[in-house]
Amino acid sequence: MTEPAPAPQDLMHPGHVGCPGCGAAVAMKFAMRALGEKTMLVIPACCWAIIAGPHPQTALKVPVLHTAFATAGAAASGLRAALDRRGDNETVVTVWAGDGGTFDIGFQSLSGAVERNEDFLYVCYDNEAYMNTGVQRSSATPFGTRTTTTPGKGWKAQRKKNIVEALAAHRIPYAATASIAYPDDMMRKFRKARSMKGGSRFIHVYATCPTGWRVPSEMTVAVARLAVQANIFPLYEVEDGVRYTLNASGDRPAADYLQVQGRFKHLTPSDIEAIQAMVDEDRALLRRKIEMSRGEG
Amino acid sequence: MNNQVKFVQGNEACAEGALYAGLDFFAGYPITPSTEIAERMSIQLPKIGGKYLQMEDEIASLAAIIGASLTGHKVMTATSGPGFSLMQEALGFAVMAEIPCVIVNVQRGGPSTGNPTHVSQGDVNQARWGTHGDHAIVALTASNHQDVFRVTVEAFNIAETYRTPVVLLFDEVVGHMREKLTIPEPGEIPLVERLKTSVRGGVDYHPYLPREDGRLPMSDFGGVHRYNVTGLFHDMWGFPTDNPKIVQGLLRHLVDKIENNSHKIAMYKEYYMEDARRILISYGSAARSALHVVENRRSRGERLGLLELQTLWPFPYNVVKERCSGARSVTVVEMNKGQIADQVKAAVDDPGKVFLANRVDGVLITPTDIRNFLRVIQGRGI
Repeated sequence: MTEPAPAPQDLMHPGHVGCPGCGAAVAMKFAMRALGEKTMLVIPACCWAIIAGPHPQTALKVPVLHTAFATAGAAASGLRAALDRRGDNETVVTVWAGDGGTFDIGFQSLSGAVERNEDFLYVCYDNEAYMNTGVQRSSATPFGTRTTTTPGKGWKAQRKKNIVEALAAHRIPYAATASIAYPDDMMRKFRKARSMKGGSRFIHVYATCPTGWRVPSEMTVAVARLAVQANIFPLYEVEDGVRYTLNASGDRPAADYLQVQGRFKHLTPSDIEAIQAMVDEDRALLRRKIEMSRGEG
Repeated sequence: MNNQVKFVQGNEACAEGALYAGLDFFAGYPITPSTEIAERMSIQLPKIGGKYLQMEDEIASLAAIIGASLTGHKVMTATSGPGFSLMQEALGFAVMAEIPCVIVNVQRGGPSTGNPTHVSQGDVNQARWGTHGDHAIVALTASNHQDVFRVTVEAFNIAETYRTPVVLLFDEVVGHMREKLTIPEPGEIPLVERLKTSVRGGVDYHPYLPREDGRLPMSDFGGVHRYNVTGLFHDMWGFPTDNPKIVQGLLRHLVDKIENNSHKIAMYKEYYMEDARRILISYGSAARSALHVVENRRSRGERLGLLELQTLWPFPYNVVKERCSGARSVTVVEMNKGQIADQVKAAVDDPGKVFLANRVDGVLITPTDIRNFLRVIQGRGI
């Protein structure tokens, strides 16, 4: 690592109003340690719009712009332009959005902003459904999940949108995945993203939701680790849309990950086999990209 | 039948009403306090061979139901203030292209993200004028679950009769409150079905040529007739035009078909109105508190009456003017800054006798609040 880590300073304090075991709260704690106080947060409608808590218990010690659901990428673009005008090159404008506000309603504003290669960091903490309104499916909800709008036999039969590949396809300087079960890797990525000024950086954070996934709150980190070990959520980075680096993955079967969560309890062995096939396919695709970028390097 | 009695939220009563009316396509997006309608649809629609689609935002939700309606289905979407704001462009499209559809707005505090889990009636004027350009709109509301059901069915009937979008303006209290709902037997509430053209395939069909009674028969889009649908001003074929005469004619048609039938669209309930000297006008959850006050005062011999509005747009000016003509005072009870009070003032002979009793703090207006307003109005202090 070329850049020395900033002094670890907690900018997220006790008093947040997340559910017990909230992965998104854990993610914010690590992210803010890496980003430091010269950070502005743009938060669209999402769990974190509530988690930050009311005054005087508010958990965040940096400026927060809580903006309309569909507008995070655009609001961050405006803030960046104003900071540039003021000559402030130090403050990092950081979007902190859920999967609904990133994959669905916010995707247009995000895509528009990164096509302009706006100088900001966009973080999606992904809990794989609309949790703040009570667990409705999003395009980040994985195949096989039961939610309140994919109930019973109507569990979600579509694959999860691959948001990192969609962002990499915009050829932005940096796109990466990160997990709360791998805090060193996660903080390294946030520090790297912070230092890569001048263009759009995107980090996709896996954030366990015990409430919506129906797992015990003490399993938050264990489930996040399983997701990486089972290759459901491999940790990797993409620079300029073409240079791939794998940071962590594993060889555990998808079943190990699926079977500890209530949201997948209904799946039959053949459903799980089908999911394993998708995981294998995704893994092979990612490997080919990594090998291709090695060949180019 | 016992199993037709349910203990449900208002949002579920709305969903049940829509299913009773023949809805078989719903597209939506989660938002508090309306999400239960979408959740109910995702469970019920697959059972009857219908389709629930969760969209990527509210713009998509309304656009999707417009498409489905054109092909011959009864359709609905549901949202709250921020989502209703995003729907305004497509709402205008549905007005212009004359597409029957129902849009539910379970109101919460605004503007912006506002007060998501708390009650408000602040979107009354948005329903009327949220989309741009001159137009007419139908907006209905209700104060209890039986009426939510009934009004939802009527929304579909009005949408089909006039080929128009209909807005259901419920509120958080009615949406989330639980009370008894008795589902009527099939046929108990008359249903208006899609008026289909009698023009056979292979013969010219004019989608925007009204019959003598003003109604426009439809042909399922993509069926036996090829025709054009556009948000541009269009001729009887549906093709774009800027011919001033046709432009003016279409605009007048869009407004007149609703405004000239406002007496048929007007739904309201009267409580103790026959001899009332002082009148309360209210709607939605606020009307429950108003009714409580009226019943309480009547038991003490005070001649107080309640006019509960269910049709907010087109505003029933004639009904209000006539009912209020002999009243000493008219007090509008609502949870906004006087959006319906302004209409009442425009309707009555003496606007000076119209007063506003309101709350805009996210809390349901109580009978005590209303009683205090009445004491001030009557010059008796608080």
